[in-house]
Amino acid sequence: MRHIADKVRAGERISEEEFLRLAGTSDLFQLGFLADHVRRRLHPQPLVTYVIDRNINYTDICISACKFCAFFKAPDDPAGSVLSRGELEQKIRETKELGGTQILLQGGLHPELPLEYYEDMLRFMKSLDIHVHGFSPPEVCHFAELSGLSIREVLIRLIAAGLDSIPGGGAEILSDRVRVKVAPRKCSADKWIEVMETAHNLGLRTTATMMFGHIETMAERLEHLRRIRDLQDRTSGFTAFIPWPFQPDNTALAAGARIEKETAFGYLKMLALSRIFLDNVANIQASWVTQGPKIAQLSLYFGANDFGSTMIEENVVAAAGVRFRLAEGEIRRLVRDAGFEPRQRLMDYTLV
Amino acid sequence: MDAFVHEAGFGDILDKVRAGERLSLDDGRRLYATANILALGWLADIVRQRKNGNRAYFIYNQHINYSNICTNLCKFCAFGKDKTSAQAYEMDVDEVRRKVSERLDEPINEIHMVGGLHPDLPYSYYLDLLRAIKEIRPEVHIQAFTCVEIHHLAGLAGKSVGETLEELKEAGLGSLPGGGAEVFNPRVRKLTCERKLPGEDWIEVAKTAHRHGLRTNATMLYGHIETIDERLEHLDILRRTQDETGGFLAFIPLAFHPKNTQMAEHSGTTGIEDLRNIAVARLMLDNFPHIKAYWVMIGPKLAQIALSFGADDMDGTVKEEVITHMAGAETEQALGHKTLIRLIREAGREPIERDTLYNVLRTY
Repeated sequence: MRHIADKVRAGERISEEEFLRLAGTSDLFQLGFLADHVRRRLHPQPLVTYVIDRNINYTDICISACKFCAFFKAPDDPAGSVLSRGELEQKIRETKELGGTQILLQGGLHPELPLEYYEDMLRFMKSLDIHVHGFSPPEVCHFAELSGLSIREVLIRLIAAGLDSIPGGGAEILSDRVRVKVAPRKCSADKWIEVMETAHNLGLRTTATMMFGHIETMAERLEHLRRIRDLQDRTSGFTAFIPWPFQPDNTALAAGARIEKETAFGYLKMLALSRIFLDNVANIQASWVTQGPKIAQLSLYFGANDFGSTMIEENVVAAAGVRFRLAEGEIRRLVRDAGFEPRQRLMDYTLV
Repeated sequence: MDAFVHEAGFGDILDKVRAGERLSLDDGRRLYATANILALGWLADIVRQRKNGNRAYFIYNQHINYSNICTNLCKFCAFGKDKTSAQAYEMDVDEVRRKVSERLDEPINEIHMVGGLHPDLPYSYYLDLLRAIKEIRPEVHIQAFTCVEIHHLAGLAGKSVGETLEELKEAGLGSLPGGGAEVFNPRVRKLTCERKLPGEDWIEVAKTAHRHGLRTNATMLYGHIETIDERLEHLDILRRTQDETGGFLAFIPLAFHPKNTQMAEHSGTTGIEDLRNIAVARLMLDNFPHIKAYWVMIGPKLAQIALSFGADDMDGTVKEEVITHMAGAETEQALGHKTLIRLIREAGREPIERDTLYNVLRTY
């Protein structure tokens, strides 16, 4: 353990075997000290950033039916809906009035809407002058399948229509054993990586996420982190990594198997491990949406240097029974109280 | 890990902590001032480990708040109500009896009972409450009446605090909770709870209880108008009292919840502030066996983390918590003991179900 600590302090990369040894410790401080060390090396200025944005879900109709999801509606469910142009415009105007700079645009895998629909939506949104951080890899793969185009062709068309960057959702755990069990109809781990690599090569920046704390093993979490680190070595396209624990309420996954909700201890541990292992990803986000303000604030000492988004609107985690709300002022207070200066940022982490 | 603590500038404090030396108030000031919550937590964890090993405690208890009618009406309190308020309530002895009877099938081994300073209820009411509980649940330990209430009851009885405590003991009282301490400093009390028992009298009641064989807890309400020096003075008074009597079991830092109080303009405490108070308390109160992370106040998530920042106790399963929830606490009203056990185990500790006096009832 001492050897690993020395390596981390010297700024050296840790191996997969060393990751597993670190993961085996239940000493929160060992992980915290090392993660904090890495964070301070990458971010010597005592700043903590956040973005003002809103999640807009253009539809909750989804053919994927992932077992961990409490948000989607099956295509034959009359409760499902698609957002109207008017609602979309209203939401964007509200966001801009609140100082918002971007929209996180994601939706279910709708069985019918053609690629042109999304292109039109992007052109309309861009006419309102806002950064569109949209369409996670499973959506991009879905558009490719429906349209018969390649991933690259779909991305080129979306970029031409105004897409600015891609959110890292739908990664879940990048291990096909896990994906087959919890999200059998979602794109494979290879496809997720392929979308991101293609996007990076086309000049788009993206984030990466991980949803842990369900049926995956620690080795599978490592596989996930390794794939992110490897891709980042090739492209440097990821701006941030955002790990969060599975929220079990109202999900088929929790109904079908006894899954205990990841505790705050487990969350901080995974956050720190991510910070230590992903030495080439600049930013790690705290997940106040799942952890609440107190643990999110503490995350700033376990590797996180970013408070994520103010999330003027959030529907997906809320559907799984977790509703924390934080105004910008409260985020700033938490950051200051933790000893950092709060700064609003854009998607690419330039300061506002 | 020593290197991290040295980098934080706490090398000298680390030496003292390792040697088991008492920290000065100046040390306390430096600890409170640090932004390095990890270094602070790790120091506190050394003390916790020395005193409590790998054990983390919880208790299966029942809370009863017999009345919220109160003549003190402290500004930080959302629970106490004037007698004329529409929200005022009081339970008669039968109602308390019913509450205890309702849960006879549960393995409850402590009843935690506190209330407001009621202007009219007679002294006999309190004795009757204790007797009624013992009648229904003879084995249960009753932890009831803060030092403030005890002082009030002695006034009602027209007897000394010592005599009153003896009679309450006779009726079934087992120990005293730590409430009503707030912050001892007179400036703070004048501004926030002018009518409440002064700090030195609170201590006097606690000492008297200790002399009469009753163990007590101690609290500090932080996160309102008090200064760091006033917190340290509070801790110092407790530490000196404990040197004298050894009667305190646990110290419980209480996070101020502003909602629905007369001090609602304040913000609630942050997670780092909560951990800082737990860690500094663990380091300063070297003669207190236990530090409690009361999950009702700071949430189960942070209470779990607090087990690594100096705390060794998560309090109880607690049902029907009223006082903090009236002040807007968004925490659950009850945590099942299975959840508590899991939180403790996931934090790398051994879950120990205890009784009020920290005797081990069961290990998990």
